[in-house]
Amino acid sequence: MMKPVAPKQYPKPPEGSWTEHYPELGTAPVSYESSISPEFYELEREAIFKRAWLNVGRVEQLRRKGSFFSKELAVAKTSLIVVRGMDDQIRAFHNVCRHRGNRLVWTDDPRLESKGSCRQFACKYHGWKYDLDGKLSSILQEGEFFGIDKANYGLVQVHCEVWQGFIFINLAKEPEQSLREFLGPMITAIDYPFHNVTERFYYRGDIRSNWKVFLDAFQEFYHPPILHGRQNPVMSNEAYQRMGFYTMHFQIDGPHRVGCTSGGAGGLLPPEALNPIEGLFRSGLFGPWDHADLGIEGFPPGLNPGHKKHWGLDSFQIFPNFAIVFWETGWYLTYHYWPLAHNRLLFEATLYFVPARNVRERLAHELAATTIKEYALQDCGTLEATQMGLESRVVTSFPLGDQELMCRHLNKVVNDWVDDYRRKHTEA
Amino acid sequence: MALLPPEFSTLEPFAEEWCLASEPERYAKRLASSMDEMQAFYDALFPRAQEVIAYLEKFPLHELPEDAQRLLHLLYSLIMVSFPVEIWRQPYLPDTGTSSFELGEEPVP
Repeated sequence: MMKPVAPKQYPKPPEGSWTEHYPELGTAPVSYESSISPEFYELEREAIFKRAWLNVGRVEQLRRKGSFFSKELAVAKTSLIVVRGMDDQIRAFHNVCRHRGNRLVWTDDPRLESKGSCRQFACKYHGWKYDLDGKLSSILQEGEFFGIDKANYGLVQVHCEVWQGFIFINLAKEPEQSLREFLGPMITAIDYPFHNVTERFYYRGDIRSNWKVFLDAFQEFYHPPILHGRQNPVMSNEAYQRMGFYTMHFQIDGPHRVGCTSGGAGGLLPPEALNPIEGLFRSGLFGPWDHADLGIEGFPPGLNPGHKKHWGLDSFQIFPNFAIVFWETGWYLTYHYWPLAHNRLLFEATLYFVPARNVRERLAHELAATTIKEYALQDCGTLEATQMGLESRVVTSFPLGDQELMCRHLNKVVNDWVDDYRRKHTEA
Repeated sequence: MALLPPEFSTLEPFAEEWCLASEPERYAKRLASSMDEMQAFYDALFPRAQEVIAYLEKFPLHELPEDAQRLLHLLYSLIMVSFPVEIWRQPYLPDTGTSSFELGEEPVP
């Protein structure tokens, strides 16, 4: 069998390829039936999204006692309230009044997420009131009810744990693992000063593609020189397009994975390789060129897990639908892929910078955010086209290269979780 | 009445339309503009951008006087039109169909 061949600056593991380094992945072409089947989506909802830990936000979104936000989880047909209590504990509840089922927290449109700060939650319908820890505190005309004990009518709580300031929830009655067990050693090795990197740009899009089809484009670096080929002189450089782009290091840990690439901040490129605006503001697709002060001594533990010399970024993919990308110049972004249907998702991208100290830094952030938005939008259009191609079922088996190891891994983990759920479900 | 500091009076003709405080306003303005309009704005501002930044750097970021804040918004608009002017030669990104990807939160200023 022919082995994948990469330029010598991107050495492969001794097995000859990254994919074969993880033999459980196999090298055969894969099926994307799991991305076009409504029945499979119904299984995923139970097997994955109601069993895995899901990130719903960060602690900086709940700055004070009483701060809350609601989070739509269409995949579980529910909405959550995430709140910082008077005891500073962060808790999550289903956003449903115990009286007659009204959505408890919403503003103007019950379909939209809302946020704010309060001392207690009051239902808009009949005024039942709940403390921030979920306890039912008052019923209007309580004497009209029949032997009701308020202690039995608190909000329905959801398991909620925090790792490095990221708030995770788990919809299972009893999660099979704690959050830290679920995240595993590769992810929990990360110790990053997230609390110092809090200037936030948030984008969202409703896209007609399966969540995995979409996610796959954000976990391989094979497509950028082609799909984004006309966005700047580096991408459209002929030699670069001929050679392609290589991931330097892959690593898999349980259901999670990471891909690491070399640097790319434009400061190292000759002016003819830049869009004029990039030279002006010293920023671009890879973020600001000038290093931000993360406020810590040394390099953040857990990053650059392959210990590569010309490290530029880590793309950590946390199962099932959350990614954190760390950039060498001192900023990070997150992606969330929330399924809305078997062929539709809500895509969220959030960029985090060390708060700008002056106009120059702020402008560098603005250009990075604007650029990333355009690249992501380009992916959005193409992935709707991919979904359409897959749904034709004209082709049912697809070859994945060694650079697409992370796509292969997600495909396998999703199938494994669904199989495991089916097995337990039929046994029961 | 002038919207910008007197040093930048040559940019005054663009101030009313392009001093926009939020990204959604700037994005909508871009999609509604012709290439000639964006090119004229870009050509007027780009050569003076370093000068504008140097002027703005005299103030703390969170204490910009109103006219200086408008200048900053003008630079954000320069960023907004840069892809159409420098690369695409059209206001919208090629090959995106009806997809949309919208900003929900941004830093101020």
